Amino acid sequence: MTGTSAETGAARAPHRSLPGRSRGRFADPLFKAAVTTSGVFVLALLAFMIIRTTADAWPIFAKEGLGFFTGTEWTAGQTRDLPNIHGTYGALPFMYGTLVTSAIALVIALPVSIAVALYITQLAPRRLRNPLSYGVETLAAVPSIVYGLWGLLFFLPVVLRPVMDWLHRWFGGVFLFEGPVFGLSYFSAGVVLALMVLPIMTAIIREVFAAAPTAELQAAYGLGATEWEVIRRVLVPRSMSGIVGGAMLGLGRAVGETVAVAMLVGGSQAMGYSLFFAGDTMAAHIFNTFQDALPETVLGLMAIGVALFVFTFLINVLARVLVWRASRFGGDAAV
Amino acid sequence: MTTMTDPTLQTTHRTTTAGGPSRIRIPLGARRLSVPITDTSAEDADLARPAEPHEVVFGLRDVSVYYGGFRAVRDVNLEIAEREITALIGPSGCGKSTLLRTLNRMNDLIPGAQVEGSVAYRGENIYDKDIDPVEVRRRIGMVFQKPNPFPKSIYDNVAFGPRLNGVRRSELDDTVEQALRGAALWDEVKGKLKQSGLSLSGGQQQRLCIARAIAVNPEVVLMDEPCSALDPVATARIEDLMERMKHDYTIVIVTHNMQQAARISDRTAFFSTEVNEAGDTRTGVLVEFDDTAKIFSNPSDERTENYITGRFG
Amino acid sequence: MTTTLTPPRAAQRRSLRQVDRRTRWRKLTSLVMRMVLTVTMALACLPLVLILYVVAERGWSVVDLHFFTQDTLPFRLEGGGFRQGFVGSFLIMALAIPMAVVPGIATAVYLVEYGRGRKLAALVRFVTDVMTGVPSIFVGLFVYAVLVIGTVKLGFGTLAAAVAIAIVMLPIVVRSSEEMLKLVPDSLRSASLGMGARRWQTTTKVVLPAAAPGLATGAMLAIARGAGETAPLILTGLGSFTMTLYLVGERQASLPQLIHQNAVQPFEPGIARAWGGALCLVAITVLFTIVARVIAARFARTREGM
Repeated sequence: MTGTSAETGAARAPHRSLPGRSRGRFADPLFKAAVTTSGVFVLALLAFMIIRTTADAWPIFAKEGLGFFTGTEWTAGQTRDLPNIHGTYGALPFMYGTLVTSAIALVIALPVSIAVALYITQLAPRRLRNPLSYGVETLAAVPSIVYGLWGLLFFLPVVLRPVMDWLHRWFGGVFLFEGPVFGLSYFSAGVVLALMVLPIMTAIIREVFAAAPTAELQAAYGLGATEWEVIRRVLVPRSMSGIVGGAMLGLGRAVGETVAVAMLVGGSQAMGYSLFFAGDTMAAHIFNTFQDALPETVLGLMAIGVALFVFTFLINVLARVLVWRASRFGGDAAV
Repeated sequence: MTTMTDPTLQTTHRTTTAGGPSRIRIPLGARRLSVPITDTSAEDADLARPAEPHEVVFGLRDVSVYYGGFRAVRDVNLEIAEREITALIGPSGCGKSTLLRTLNRMNDLIPGAQVEGSVAYRGENIYDKDIDPVEVRRRIGMVFQKPNPFPKSIYDNVAFGPRLNGVRRSELDDTVEQALRGAALWDEVKGKLKQSGLSLSGGQQQRLCIARAIAVNPEVVLMDEPCSALDPVATARIEDLMERMKHDYTIVIVTHNMQQAARISDRTAFFSTEVNEAGDTRTGVLVEFDDTAKIFSNPSDERTENYITGRFG
Repeated sequence: MTTTLTPPRAAQRRSLRQVDRRTRWRKLTSLVMRMVLTVTMALACLPLVLILYVVAERGWSVVDLHFFTQDTLPFRLEGGGFRQGFVGSFLIMALAIPMAVVPGIATAVYLVEYGRGRKLAALVRFVTDVMTGVPSIFVGLFVYAVLVIGTVKLGFGTLAAAVAIAIVMLPIVVRSSEEMLKLVPDSLRSASLGMGARRWQTTTKVVLPAAAPGLATGAMLAIARGAGETAPLILTGLGSFTMTLYLVGERQASLPQLIHQNAVQPFEPGIARAWGGALCLVAITVLFTIVARVIAARFARTREGM
């Protein structure tokens, strides 16, 4: 039936070619080439970014060698005699500041993220899960400059300052809380950084918890475990690599954060031992010094930028591997 | 497929304690430890006592279970006897797993689940306001359909419950060993207790889950289709295990496999589904509950007969 | 050897209501921890509320028509506006969006349609992941080195700034577009190919339209992120006191940069304008984020019908 009509149809127009057959023959390879080029372009872009900045900053590295990472003195050269480098570029204070502020951020944000993720996945009524997740994640939509502004002009005088004063009053003997308390400090930058890092950590840790097989949790409940025991002895242990991965991604974000920290950390090149001292971070220093920097100083900043990139790169790669492992094996199987 | 005149159905487990041959059974589970192996006097005394009707462990009266507005199972009246194997059988969707989960309040974990009627465990309604589900689940353990060991070592899996209950570290090793012996797994894993529980085969994992459940010394073990994810050899081993376990534990098992119920259970409850007038929801209902031998050889209800002869379901 | 685990049978007949001390302690701990988690959750909701409230409260009075139509005055003077910042940001984003979205979606198409399982694609995906974590100031340094003073001496200006923002946005677009394209079921592709359409036609006429809402979501999230970036703009646009429409040759202002400039100086009128600018910026980014989520939710729902 259909065969015959096809035959007759074909008989009626035997040599009509399928539409677009010859026209489109080159389109497919072209299209494929175009999108593949796009993909390769991304690769090339990153490579170019690394190579170009390192090459530009090379004179600094060449002059300082390892001293770049261990030296504590950073004085910009005052002459315009490139390619000779006249200043001293020891970036340790900035690395120290980055480390301290990120550590403060992590110490505050990680437990809160875990707690929030636990609440959302285990305790919250089902209807509230999405709204709560969105609420926490909207914190990530606030731009860094707004955090900086709000942090500097509201949060610091209204909330942080009293807290710092209180801590100083009661724990001032401990070196961490030694004064004097001026405001712009590792602590201020670190706390605001914690707020900025909270959403991304919560999002990842929440997904790790949500991916835990309910069968295991049910087994634990069936054995007469309380809610907290199920969380503490089953859910969290099996989610450890995911939690660490999330923590590292947050760390990566904290290390790279620029504007808010630049406005809150104080800009001092000293390496203070108290949280209340002012300091500087790698990203913040670049940001704050750039506009008035001489060409040689700009090279120094570029060198800091390269170091900053290397740190965030390593942290992010490690984090992705951990999170990837956590999702692949469905948890910390000892196998 | 005939199951009605199969001689293996002449199960006499229920009467073993009366006048049966005085076999020396290898003690399993912590319960027996205080009785040394060679001393059979206590056991003989047990055996010598005339058969007493086994005590009722669970008494269900007019139990209905709702998920939100939907009634999954209705008006169940049932009694589970001590140290017997009671099987719940029936087609899919008839609420047998739901009913099983009400026996240890696992349904509490499902939002919107509600239980009506009374589920009495040794006389106390476990759904009373002042009764703690944690305590209920300590006494009434559960083994699930798909083996679900924790991603921890074999030792830590079994020790999980005892650790919660504060068993001291010095005694933990013994407890773990007892439980693994009780689950007939000790010999296979005694050399590799630190290995992950997930490295075992499916059947071994399920026995690990059984060991984990009995390590807290429950009085009842509920089993939700424990063999449905396993191959026939593993299934046979677990069935053997269950027959040995019932001397120390009351076992309630949900199974899709009629022959399994016929083989190992003492009493069987057959559930079926009722479709409501509008035809869109099915509610589970208990059709018949009786000695296994009777259910499979001479059922009273036509629906039971249809099911076991394979005419439907 | 005795064991504490063998209660004689008689003792086991204790009531379910009789809970031993240890269990009571465990229950109490569970309850306390539950409260701790709930309180922490409540506290974690505070910062967002606080930020939005304070920015709105302090910025509201400054934002009026002048704010959008006048360039900035010296900090200590009242009045004036952020016009050059709005115009600058608008121009920069107008250039950056196509520069980021087109290669971004193209790369995502490569990853999903042509590169499945191949090593090159895995490498590209890995690199994109890494790039999402690159500090934006590093991107700014790179663009400065290449476009402002380097190979292509464009100088500070709109174009250089747009390139920097585009580089920041690119990985976000790639990752989210990839996820959205993966959501399009293969049955659609098979149906199209089965009708004799070529692969490029399948991709452009079937897959991309099907994924369009999701792609829009990803683009909007990237825009929200790009519009709020400050660091790279300092290094490429540098900021300006007057409005300019030039793409190259003149420094370009932007909203975030203006906010920063006004925030770190001591005069009140300038600070007030900073809050006003922040209010506008937050409104834009949060709005884009919420709209993106709404579209994504709708997209997920219609997808179920696919």
